[in-house]
Amino acid sequence: MAIIATKDTRLVVQGITGREGTFHALRNRDYGTNVVAGVTPGRAGQNVEGIPVFDSVADAVAEQGANTSLILVPPRFAAEAILEAAEAGVEQIICITEGIPAHEMLEVYHYIRPRGIRLLGPNCPGALSPGIANVGIIPAEVFKQGPIGLMSRSGTLTYQIGGELAAKGLGNSTIIGLGGDPIVGTSFIDGLDMFQADDQTEYIVMVGEIGGNEEEKAAEVIAERITKPVVAYIAGFEAPPGKTMGHAGAIISGSAGTAAAKKEALEAKGVRVGTNPTEAAQLMADLVTKG
Amino acid sequence: MDLYEHQGKELFAKAGIPVAAGYVAYTVDEARAAAEKLGGVVVVKSQVLVGGRGKVGGVKVVKDPASAAEAAEAILGLDIKGHITRRLYIEAGVKIAKEYYFSVTFDRSAKMPLLMLTTMGGMDVEDVAANHPDKLARLHVDPALGYRGFHGVQLMSEAGIPVEERKALAPMLAALYGVFQQDDAMLVEVNPLVLLEDDTFLAADAKVTIDDNALFRHPDIEAMRDLAAMDPQEQAAREHHLAYVKLDGDVGILGNGAGLVMSTVDVIAQAGGRPANFLDVGGGASAEKITTALEIVLSNDKVNSVLFNIFGGITRCDEVAKGLLGALDATTITAPIVVRLDGTNAEEGRALLAEAARPEITVEKTMLEAAATAVRLAKEAS
Repeated sequence: MAIIATKDTRLVVQGITGREGTFHALRNRDYGTNVVAGVTPGRAGQNVEGIPVFDSVADAVAEQGANTSLILVPPRFAAEAILEAAEAGVEQIICITEGIPAHEMLEVYHYIRPRGIRLLGPNCPGALSPGIANVGIIPAEVFKQGPIGLMSRSGTLTYQIGGELAAKGLGNSTIIGLGGDPIVGTSFIDGLDMFQADDQTEYIVMVGEIGGNEEEKAAEVIAERITKPVVAYIAGFEAPPGKTMGHAGAIISGSAGTAAAKKEALEAKGVRVGTNPTEAAQLMADLVTKG
Repeated sequence: MDLYEHQGKELFAKAGIPVAAGYVAYTVDEARAAAEKLGGVVVVKSQVLVGGRGKVGGVKVVKDPASAAEAAEAILGLDIKGHITRRLYIEAGVKIAKEYYFSVTFDRSAKMPLLMLTTMGGMDVEDVAANHPDKLARLHVDPALGYRGFHGVQLMSEAGIPVEERKALAPMLAALYGVFQQDDAMLVEVNPLVLLEDDTFLAADAKVTIDDNALFRHPDIEAMRDLAAMDPQEQAAREHHLAYVKLDGDVGILGNGAGLVMSTVDVIAQAGGRPANFLDVGGGASAEKITTALEIVLSNDKVNSVLFNIFGGITRCDEVAKGLLGALDATTITAPIVVRLDGTNAEEGRALLAEAARPEITVEKTMLEAAATAVRLAKEAS
């Protein structure tokens, strides 16, 4: 069944006429994703290799029944693009854009959450359900289809672990990028609940990194209500405090947000934590073979 | 982006928040001249982007321009937790009756701004939170609501601010929240926030951090960036839009994607090595960008070996290989390079490297093998 990127996905790509927008819209369609529309204000009536372009998300929803949006617009327009999709009635919004001001994301977050709209990202690679649909920029050829739900704050680290799992013959139900920003729409807890409810998912891998305390909060939830086995990996043990490590959200503030604290919190709740991606993949492989 | 105290106070002054008069000084003479202009008692303060300057002699209260010059002499060049003092702030002395603490932080966990107020000013707020939690008033502001007068009233009441002081303090709290909001701050901290003998309040210090992602709409704040204080590699990386963080070891690291590079740094340490830097070339890096990135890593003369860790998604490994080979032709390679390519066009990339057969390059298949080799080569070179 998988989550977020599914057979029922009807995708509208916001920013489809941009270089990145066109490239990934076509790549997602080639993979089998049902890309029903694109949006670029002022370009209504055009098409991108057969994908109709509309001025607004509302038009894309009305004309093409889009239910999921992929956002590939520059950072200064991205917060508004998310809100436009939400107002147009799109149920799931996947925002790839990196560099949205944090204060704008606060407003966006508090607008969409009470409305039950699913936002993935920003600053994330999207969602891939191998063999079913790809929404975003994840290189699908790295992954195999299988029973492991994988979620991560980092794109390439997800590919690394997915690649290691695939080399061991293990595949994924869905891979979701949560995003590297301080405020993202979907947390590890949301991901845990979605994977717990998904039939295809039997195991869960979560990949965290320094900054914030979403991993610690997830540890509590795992103990409380997640019955599927969870393996974790955390990046950034050697990161110095006060420095942003590439992702806007990857920063140790004072003594808060360290990798050691996250590992400890997860292990305290019985989650196995790998010390590097290879070991995390091996821990998962051991779990699967033990049955 | 972290601001110096005097820059934070510039933002405060624009928002109508009372601060003492002051001047920036880069030399002893400038410090003396500033003290003469201000007259009377002045405070000579080290301007560094790190806390704890008071404990190591980075702040001195002096009575006249001659002693201001002496204090400046002592403080300029002072090393405060690895930050060398290159500028001073010379500020008019004020008559302090009480020291409080106030901050607005971007609380990621609650996803709301967090206000904190305590009458225990001048101390490290983490200590207050740990040892006197009852003295620290905390209140979240719903972003949809914004800061309202009642937030201040509730906070001051909870912090135990005497009733007669509240009328003077309330507008200051509101104005500081205004700075947090208007200037896209991640942190606005005033410690101490002082009550003067004339019953007015003043921001005696300012610690402000601005969201890097919002600097495009604050060119005045971007212009405050102290390029001279930046590490040369960090500065070069910044010019080329590469994320670089200097560390203190000898294994240079570059890779694609923040998480993967953080992980590579960890793996080098696990293999018994010491990482020299974090460098993320980003997604879809061109050959030119790879060349530039390698030059930046090698320009740190502590680097004894380099680990190139690429997992190609949007980034194509053949582009990476071309960039690497281009760098070998364009610059003097001062350290052996270990390369690990995986993902999109990895085979093509490895073939290009094999064909070039450069003695400086060792190709490894996995991230862990590559890390082990890079660490071994660094040890051999040191």
